[in-house]
Amino acid sequence: MKLDVQTWPVAYAAEAKPRKGFFTDTSLCIGCKACEVACKEWNHVPAEQHGFSGKSYDNSLALGADRWRHVAFIEQRIPAGIDEGTTLVEAAARAEAIRAGAPVTARDGMRWLMASDVCKHCTHAACLEVCPTGALFRTEFGTVVVQEDVCNGCGYCIPACPFGVIERREDDGRAFKCTLCYDRLKVDHTPACAQACPTESIQFGDLEAMRERADHRVAQLRERGEDTAQLYLSDPDDGIGGGGSIFLLLDEPEVYGLPPDPVDPVRSVGETWRASLVAAAGLAVAIAGAAWGGRR
Amino acid sequence: MGSNMAEQHPVGFQWVMEAKERGAKVIHVDPRFTRTSAVADRHVPIRPGSDIAFVGGLINYIFEHKAWFHEYVEHYTNAPAIIREDFADSEDGDGFFSGWNSEDGRYDTTSWGYEATESGGPAGTHAEHADISGEQSQGGHGIELDRGEPPHTDPTMEHERSVLQITRRHFARYTPELVSETCGCTVEEFRAVAEALCANSGRERTSALVYAVGWTQHTVGVQNIRAGSILQMLLGNMGRPGGGILALRGHANIQGSTDIPTLYNILPGYIPMPHPQTHPDLDAFVEQSGPPTGAWGGLRRYVVSMLKAWWGDAATAENDFCFDHLPRINGDHSHYAMMMKMLDGDVQGMFCVGQNPAVGSANAKLMRLALAKLDWLVVRDMQMIESAEFWRDSPEHESGEVRAQDIKTEVFFLPAAAHTEKEGCFTNTQRLLQWREKACEPPGDARSELHWIYHLGRLVREKLAGSEDPRDRPILDLTWDYPVSGPNEEPDAAAVLREIGGHDADGHGLPSYDALTDDGTTPCGSWIHAGIYAGGVNQAARRRPGAEQNWIAPEWGWAWPKNIRTLYNRASADPQGRPWSERKRYLWWDAGEGRWTGVGDAPDFPADKDPGYRPPSGARGLDAIRGDTPFMLEPDGRAWMYVPAGLVDGPLPVHYEPHEGLVRNPLGNQQSNPTRQQFSRPANLYNPTATDERVFPYVLSTYRLTEHHTAGGMSRTLPFLAELQPEFFCEVSPALAAERGLEHAGWATIVTARSAVEARVMVTDRIRPLRIQGRDLHLVGAPYHWGGAGLATGDSANDLLPIVLDANVHINEYKVTTCDIRAGRRPRGPERLALVEDYRRRGGVNP
Repeated sequence: MKLDVQTWPVAYAAEAKPRKGFFTDTSLCIGCKACEVACKEWNHVPAEQHGFSGKSYDNSLALGADRWRHVAFIEQRIPAGIDEGTTLVEAAARAEAIRAGAPVTARDGMRWLMASDVCKHCTHAACLEVCPTGALFRTEFGTVVVQEDVCNGCGYCIPACPFGVIERREDDGRAFKCTLCYDRLKVDHTPACAQACPTESIQFGDLEAMRERADHRVAQLRERGEDTAQLYLSDPDDGIGGGGSIFLLLDEPEVYGLPPDPVDPVRSVGETWRASLVAAAGLAVAIAGAAWGGRR
Repeated sequence: MGSNMAEQHPVGFQWVMEAKERGAKVIHVDPRFTRTSAVADRHVPIRPGSDIAFVGGLINYIFEHKAWFHEYVEHYTNAPAIIREDFADSEDGDGFFSGWNSEDGRYDTTSWGYEATESGGPAGTHAEHADISGEQSQGGHGIELDRGEPPHTDPTMEHERSVLQITRRHFARYTPELVSETCGCTVEEFRAVAEALCANSGRERTSALVYAVGWTQHTVGVQNIRAGSILQMLLGNMGRPGGGILALRGHANIQGSTDIPTLYNILPGYIPMPHPQTHPDLDAFVEQSGPPTGAWGGLRRYVVSMLKAWWGDAATAENDFCFDHLPRINGDHSHYAMMMKMLDGDVQGMFCVGQNPAVGSANAKLMRLALAKLDWLVVRDMQMIESAEFWRDSPEHESGEVRAQDIKTEVFFLPAAAHTEKEGCFTNTQRLLQWREKACEPPGDARSELHWIYHLGRLVREKLAGSEDPRDRPILDLTWDYPVSGPNEEPDAAAVLREIGGHDADGHGLPSYDALTDDGTTPCGSWIHAGIYAGGVNQAARRRPGAEQNWIAPEWGWAWPKNIRTLYNRASADPQGRPWSERKRYLWWDAGEGRWTGVGDAPDFPADKDPGYRPPSGARGLDAIRGDTPFMLEPDGRAWMYVPAGLVDGPLPVHYEPHEGLVRNPLGNQQSNPTRQQFSRPANLYNPTATDERVFPYVLSTYRLTEHHTAGGMSRTLPFLAELQPEFFCEVSPALAAERGLEHAGWATIVTARSAVEARVMVTDRIRPLRIQGRDLHLVGAPYHWGGAGLATGDSANDLLPIVLDANVHINEYKVTTCDIRAGRRPRGPERLALVEDYRRRGGVNP
């Protein structure tokens, strides 16, 4: 079964605008959280109070109804490598020890990853596809937005999102997420987060241009020896048809709490059913077997 | 070094990131691995308070490897100057320079002078009867020199009493091994920094040095910066593109509030505050406050123009331009000295504006107890901060030490406008003034500072109107006539800026401070700002985009003085006026035109002064500066590698241990800076130091986070900021956590002889124990933003700190003290005090 809900640019015909998106280059992020604050200020997103989390400098924890930009902080131990004058064997042993939890020494290094996360504005957006009221829609900029006055709070979109981005607001019941500052885009302004970012870690523009920039940047970083630098959601053939937000990460997506291979569940619904049937059949056999064994 | 630029100056840090993208190497030398370290090419951890040892090591490395920029050093610094024969270096005096007087704990600085000069003070005079301490007693601006040159020099710099040789000998013991032992970094890490700096300095390349309060907030604060200056002079990195020393200021307009000072001891443009005995009249003040040679030779013009701006028609040549109307300074009225007097009941009232001492100052408990001794207190702030609430809510209320009904202080809270609700200038760290417009009216009764000061002055003047009392003349004679507009009668900030920028007899804005006269025809509020209203235009409001002008962008805002973006830029050319290299060309001499020209910046040098110019004997002012000495604020036009006058604690930096430290000074018997200012009293007890009794076995450093603003008044009160760092926490290494049984995300109590506070625990590899003298030295890191008011509340880390100051400028040692840390929350009520008293007893700390 193939489902295709392409409302952009077709549905907008002449009124369609070039698809807009973010390129978040985490190699430039300094963790200032200006994006989080600017987003809340502009969009009147309510304050939260989680208290001290102990998760490095991250006390806002995750994207959700009241957090449309979120900066992750990941502290990593980097075992002393051959650059620090050790032999290959020593370096390997050191890496093993660090993995096993040995404390770092003066010779070891560390890395503090910071990354600003946001709604991915997927090409195949499951939230939008499952929305029964049409509250979630695709704008003329190719972005995905919830219409607050249409949402009835059914919540179907929440499990649909492979990233856990969209969420219902507790005291309100409706679903909220990043609008990619739809109101600002309408008047040709940059989204608040990108505008506030001091180091151009958050870049905004035509998605095609963002993709080109991302390709160029990752090549540049690899050339400089950043072997683990990689793009995330830049491939239009991935499980969500590519993101409207592209990321450059310095490590595997899992390290940042991002799914490594996100899939639009609506698109894989056939496979899901098939897998469920196989599982159910297996379970039935197991139960039958157990019952038979029990009787014996 | 001494800066966490990415966290504290994220907007300015965008340029560091851009430079890095263009290939610049970013090195971060700092005790903690911060967000700055995270994006730096290299982080080198050093022990708090060991910066002079590290930089001294770099200086020694440069000497050892003959890596100094010889021609630059020879011509542009005072390295060839010969020092008096009776000068003795601290290396030969077990940590003391010549002139130490152990009875009054001060130096007689005479012997530090250039050979054939008589005394270290300004124009040869110390401030007499000086119960004033610090730089005020020494004059900040140099010495009297004939023809603007050191009397004796050796251009080969090989004379054993030449500054270069003295400096070389002074730092000879600062070997890579000593650096490693003292700072806790490895020899390899140190060498990597030294090599990178040397490889990126010289004719073809430059390196910039960035520091902030991580350098200043020490009992050797001034000498930390001096060490950095020596480094940059040796490498030839001053006055050149991509070089320099960037002093990052604490927040948005601290630079502006130093230039037009909120400081107690200087007048606008760094003119010293006159002293009652030594400065009976204008002549004496000018003679004794500024050297006659160099830019300070114009002091009379600067002062007279300022007096005319302030007192207008009342200021005449006959009455010394109302010089007698100026307040006189008769003692140390710096922040902490004032608070001590307040605690003693000697201060009746205080205006607290843009400050929250009940949280932000060191030994904040002492601050709160002192505020309670006031008759009245005016707090102007945007929020009800702890300094306004101290009388009814404080840790001392909880512990039962004070009761609200016993505090007689009458507190007036005046709501303040935010920066978006008023117009005016911000001056940033590179002296750039940028005008901002008012976006909206302030809410309710909130008003701008300008509104408050202007109308307060107006009302005082109304009350004094008609007074015959001579003491009221300074207020009644003031030009206090700024136009007001709008429903709130808001004074016109541009009119104030116009007065600061100065005008001529016809009312035209002055082009620069060169146009100032000493006959009273050029009223100008601040000589360094002369020109900010040139051509009748608010130059600070210029907003020409960078893409539409040269890369210096001189038409964006305005920088004092003279819109110069790189100070001392004459040094970007060689003595003959040619660029040091094509790659680093910036300013050069156009012999055909007879002018300095360049890539677009204004010359920080007389525009038509030939490189071959030599001053005649008896020359004054800028005429006394040679055509090949760029540092014209100094009386000899040379950058002072060695400071013959102006500092109270030595002509060269020495590594001393912090006042409260755990390490014996590896360099000698003198443990700490002998001139440091101490306040030994029951409310300010000191931990025992460097003893074997380990009651306070860890180093404590307090600092800020990017999410909060200083003492929290502008961030803990705002929900979107408060939620980002909601609770007071401390940062410790896994090793210290194991040693003390501290649980990640649990609670810990930190104790010093001053107080005990509780914090959530962050166990992190970002804090690393350093191996010093054979044992692991542990650091407890504590952001100091929290207090009892606002949305995010918690104990205040600065309650833990002692008050002990750098004697030059009275800055406190916030960055290093000792403490103990233990698992769990602190006791409540009187038990808290009992805990502290138990520590005092065990540590042998006697009130």
